[in-house]
Amino acid sequence: MSVDLSQFIPSFLEESFEGLELMESSLLNLEQGDDETINSIFRAAHSIKGGAGTFGFEDVTKFTHLVETLLDEMRDGRRDITPTDTEILLESVDCMRLLIEAARDNAEFDQEKVMQTSRRLTETLAGTLIKEEPSDIAVQVPNEGEMTYHISFIPEHSLAKTGNDPIFLFNALAELGKLTIKANTQKLPSLNDIDAQELYLSWQLTLISAVDEAEIIEIFEWVEDECELKITQENTDITEEEPKNHDNAEEPLESIEVEPVSSTQADISQSQKNNSNNEVDKAAGKSKGKAEVGSIRVGVDKVDSLINLVGELVITQSMLSELGNDFDMTKVEKLTNGLEQLLQNTKELQESVMRIRMLPISFAFSRFPRLIHDLAIKTGKEMELVIKGEQTELDKTVMEQIGDPLVHLVRNAADHGIETSEVRLANGKSAKGTISLDAYHQGGNIVIEISDDGAGINREVVFNKAVEKGLIEANVTLTDSQVYDLLFEPGFSTAAEVTDISGRGVGMDVVKRNIQSLGGRIQVDSTQGKGSCFKVHLPLTLAILDGQLVKVGTETYIIPLISIVESLQIDNKLINRVSGDMVLYRLRDDNVPILPIYQLFNLETECTEIDNALLVVVEADGQKIGLMVDDLLAQQQVVIKSLKDNYQQVTGISGATILGDGSVAMILDIPGMISMALKQAQQVQLDKNGRESSKRGELV
Amino acid sequence: MTKILVVDDSNSIRDMVSFTLKSAGYQTVEAKDGLQGLSAAKASSFDLVISDVNMPNMDGIALCSELRKLPNFKFTPILMLTTESSGDMKLRGKEAGATGWLVKPFNPEKLLATIKRVVR
Repeated sequence: MSVDLSQFIPSFLEESFEGLELMESSLLNLEQGDDETINSIFRAAHSIKGGAGTFGFEDVTKFTHLVETLLDEMRDGRRDITPTDTEILLESVDCMRLLIEAARDNAEFDQEKVMQTSRRLTETLAGTLIKEEPSDIAVQVPNEGEMTYHISFIPEHSLAKTGNDPIFLFNALAELGKLTIKANTQKLPSLNDIDAQELYLSWQLTLISAVDEAEIIEIFEWVEDECELKITQENTDITEEEPKNHDNAEEPLESIEVEPVSSTQADISQSQKNNSNNEVDKAAGKSKGKAEVGSIRVGVDKVDSLINLVGELVITQSMLSELGNDFDMTKVEKLTNGLEQLLQNTKELQESVMRIRMLPISFAFSRFPRLIHDLAIKTGKEMELVIKGEQTELDKTVMEQIGDPLVHLVRNAADHGIETSEVRLANGKSAKGTISLDAYHQGGNIVIEISDDGAGINREVVFNKAVEKGLIEANVTLTDSQVYDLLFEPGFSTAAEVTDISGRGVGMDVVKRNIQSLGGRIQVDSTQGKGSCFKVHLPLTLAILDGQLVKVGTETYIIPLISIVESLQIDNKLINRVSGDMVLYRLRDDNVPILPIYQLFNLETECTEIDNALLVVVEADGQKIGLMVDDLLAQQQVVIKSLKDNYQQVTGISGATILGDGSVAMILDIPGMISMALKQAQQVQLDKNGRESSKRGELV
Repeated sequence: MTKILVVDDSNSIRDMVSFTLKSAGYQTVEAKDGLQGLSAAKASSFDLVISDVNMPNMDGIALCSELRKLPNFKFTPILMLTTESSGDMKLRGKEAGATGWLVKPFNPEKLLATIKRVVR
């Protein structure tokens, strides 16, 4: 019978990655004699090895075996836990992750690294006993035809106490060939003396079969210590009778045991060959594999509350349908109550469903202790990581995409922020720098703070660098936050020399872009000498958006609430018409360009007069603009439907949604609209310049 | 119907063992560590117990000796599912009263063939 287990691969992978995380975090906290921790690390490695073997991920199994052996020695107290060993194990965890990812994506892995680490592991293990598992494959004896085996089986009286029953053993033997059984009842006591729990019989079995002796021994392997077993074979070809002593581990298997190093190396060079064959196919398979693996593990409490809510919904529904059976006006109040309840149910259901996609941010934070550990070694600085708000929940998709930007920010903090111990001490700080990660909810958003108590951002250096790079003019005056925003300009890097940790100058602008593509923003605070703080604001989810509904002509649009600064009625005195086309509105200290939506989207409307119009001031990329609308409608949560999936990408529109009355409304993409407006303005300016110069020609 | 208790702390291994057994027509109950396994055993009786060795809370060896103390489990076959095929491991299992062991990597066909040695 064949059982297909491939459906369990995703859950094995998920479990393995969790195991690796556990190994990593435990290794970072590992101290001498901490049996529980070392045991849990060992168990994780052990499970991964077991699962990998089942699915035929041989590279993983082989490598993990080395790791497991080392851990086993530590666990048994045969080996002291030195920092070097911990380093090797941490490195091994990385390699295991590489190998498992490669197995998952059916792709290649960093052979160099795996080879190096496995060599280091083997070197560490050398001198101590390297346990290699006896292979399951028995030594092959060439067999011609069938053989007759005489088996003498004399069990101990207590055999049944371990749950073994000879009858099953005989059944198993009978499946191998033709079996004849003779029972020896000589030792059977008289009925009065019989202990029903004891076994008094012994047997002489004759098996005619083509199998080799190892298979017969295997059937008895569980009882070999509790019985006298003699197997002799007759064979027409081989007449010698050798009573075999089946001590599983030793001699016969020695020859097929392989030195771990060479086996790993051989395997790697093997897979190297395979891999180089067609990389394109593998790359294609990789992205596909990743998409399929996605799954969410949901807490039982969340599912329970969902089921509970659905139950309530059903009750409300049946109440309403009963009401509808014979409805008259006396029941209006009941109907209103019912609808109220339905609203409540729907809202709770929505929240519950959203919670399913939410995971504690500790999933994203968990990689940082290790990162800081490594960075401290690489930079030679002393630093520690403080993590707060790990239980703050965040949408899974947002979480997956925020990981890399966060790593970049933390690397920056470690590399540029924290000073060396000498500098810190000279400045009256503690020798050890602190990097803190914090996450909390703030009005429908999540805020992630990455702060350090390092040197802070040097305003002058940033400013001069920006001038040098041609990003700004030398004579402009900028506020602190404007200066800090320069850090996110493409091509900006303040590090005097580029290190391999950070400072390639391609990072921060990418960080900002990634955060923006998630609908979030980043904000910098810094005090020189005291440290810096980067705040990342992100929406809790990408599926639902808090929006302000606005009316333009006959259309309804939705402006994301997160980008709205304020809404106001235009005060005519504050309008500043710089030129005919560009209208600025004075908003306290700022001049905000007014952008009438009807013009941008070519709509028919009666409200074209700027005076006394309604203005929604929005902000994106540090740029404020005022969107002129006909009317402000409700604020509500809307479910985002992708335009790209259903139609095509449209500039200025980030998606669509369906409103309560069934009509479709577009969600405005504020950064897109701003760049659209700027382009239009430039175009108008160009056209006008052209016209004016030709006019001038006529006039003169 | 033959009822089997499967004890393993790894969800995937447990799922696989259970899936294999069910597809062969056995009835299974799952437990994720020795303690859970023990309370499942106290609540019901089984024709076979298949248990991992390395588990948190209570490992397979301890579970085995605890089970042997229960009147219902005096003769019930108990198989240890292990990657450790060292003699030491087997001896410890035997001392605790284990019937036999299944060596990982887990192979469904082998599992089914092997358990025939202890259950109908």
